[in-house]
Amino acid sequence: MNYSLAELCICAAAETFRGDGECMITSIGLVPRLAASMAKLSFEPDLMMTEGEAYLVSEPVPVGPRGDYQPKIEGLMTYEKVFTIISRGQRHAMVTPVQLDQYGQMNISIVGEYEKPKTALLGVRGYPGNTISNANSMFVPSHDQRTFVSGEVDMVGGIGYNPARWPGGVKPAFLDLRRIVSNLAVMDFNGQDHAIRVISLHPGVSFDEVQDNTGFSLERANDLVQTSPPAAEQLAILERLDPHGLRKTIFRDNPPGER
Amino acid sequence: MDKQLSIADIAAQVESGMTLGIGGWGARRKPMAFIRELLKTDVKDLTVVSYGGPDVGMLAATGKIKKLIFGFVSMDLVPLEGHFRVARQAGEIEVMEIDEGMFQLGLKAAAARLPFLPTRVGLASDVMTTNPELKTIRSPYDDGEEFVAMPALNLDMAVCHVNQADRQGNSRISGPDPFFDEWFCRAASKAYLTCEEVVDTQAFNDPLIALQMPIERNLIQGVALASYGAHPTSCGPLYGIDVSHLQGYNAAAKGSWEDYFAEYVDQVDLDSYTAAVGGGEAIQALPLPVF
Repeated sequence: MNYSLAELCICAAAETFRGDGECMITSIGLVPRLAASMAKLSFEPDLMMTEGEAYLVSEPVPVGPRGDYQPKIEGLMTYEKVFTIISRGQRHAMVTPVQLDQYGQMNISIVGEYEKPKTALLGVRGYPGNTISNANSMFVPSHDQRTFVSGEVDMVGGIGYNPARWPGGVKPAFLDLRRIVSNLAVMDFNGQDHAIRVISLHPGVSFDEVQDNTGFSLERANDLVQTSPPAAEQLAILERLDPHGLRKTIFRDNPPGER
Repeated sequence: MDKQLSIADIAAQVESGMTLGIGGWGARRKPMAFIRELLKTDVKDLTVVSYGGPDVGMLAATGKIKKLIFGFVSMDLVPLEGHFRVARQAGEIEVMEIDEGMFQLGLKAAAARLPFLPTRVGLASDVMTTNPELKTIRSPYDDGEEFVAMPALNLDMAVCHVNQADRQGNSRISGPDPFFDEWFCRAASKAYLTCEEVVDTQAFNDPLIALQMPIERNLIQGVALASYGAHPTSCGPLYGIDVSHLQGYNAAAKGSWEDYFAEYVDQVDLDSYTAAVGGGEAIQALPLPVF
């Protein structure tokens, strides 16, 4: 079967939401959004999500220009309500950090020295609150040592499994990092002391290739498998969710899923 | 009571050294007509408190910001704000960079006349190390948990842009999200509204419309008419984000801010600004953003 690397990543990222039930998903970026939508339409029908602005919708909105499509509103989710739901924890966010480290700490603020950064990006946004309050997963489109950095990220916005930073050395009660999906592999945080562990390799990718592109040491799952290819029904769902084919623009030249 | 002013009158209320809160979110419902008036003044050394978009970028480009209290600066569909980046990378502005939710708690603490509100948010992150003034507090109850004591963000002045207001300061936000405008007004010693339309009070005589009125009139010192006053940010449901204008504005961060300032700000009143960006009909035709 023909499928693209983007489609493989979307379906692998959708698995991140399996078992979430009536959880609100906040998915930032094209792959996270298509992944959450895919999960809702294929195996987690109770997931809650928005049209991207202020309303909960009963079916995922397609990405890109909507033509005559009207979002099917089932409730209100203003930013103020988002902060309320974050503190209660019934939420799973999937984001794309600029830097991510061995502890799962994430950065979208700056690159370089904090006082006079080489590159100023967005700011911490909601990362500190997301990560100390509810479940978080990540999609990383370019698995390399610039993203998966050695040591710590330049500005810790998203918190991680780093006891040196925890108050009193005690793990914050609701810290819950789930999975990282990259263009090379799928990882979780179920290694020794929540170390990052490779659980599946995309077709044609070796563990060594993943390790060589990571700035810290990765664990290897005992039952390391190949990332499952999308099912035919999932590819059909993607056609509906992404009628303009925006997923072809995620990776340069839209490479196939099987190298 | 008639609180009607002009946008220049509101800008004239801003004094150097003030802490100024600006409503809206990113590239959405920012009081940009007021911001452009403020850019024309000689006010400086502001502490700006904002869910930042081009409001922050323009104030940074004109050197008006001493300190920025923020969670992000972004123009949504144009994610990185070029003028903010130039100022930040040059180390020109002091920053208090905090989580978006902490920011909201700071406004709510100020609104409740409290010195702080407790939260877990910020713990274990560099928000604590880069803001050494942030202190923690231990729960006095049996759980004994340690929290961040998010300090009140007391504002000298706040300015928000709304869809409709009457002369008394009653107002309506008819876009999908009121954001935190209410809390900016509650956190401020003085708050002002700019609006798309000034209406008679009877226009609000409808229970469903009342649900879109989070700001009471006794929070408001003045109201100014500013039709299309959020442009180039959006003001749903009337008009969307002017992405191409924002792209041009962003490109001006590479050395041509003076040209942008001359074309759209300096000696340009709101009517000539509206004409310069294509006129009211063109603004109304801007599609609402799809996120």
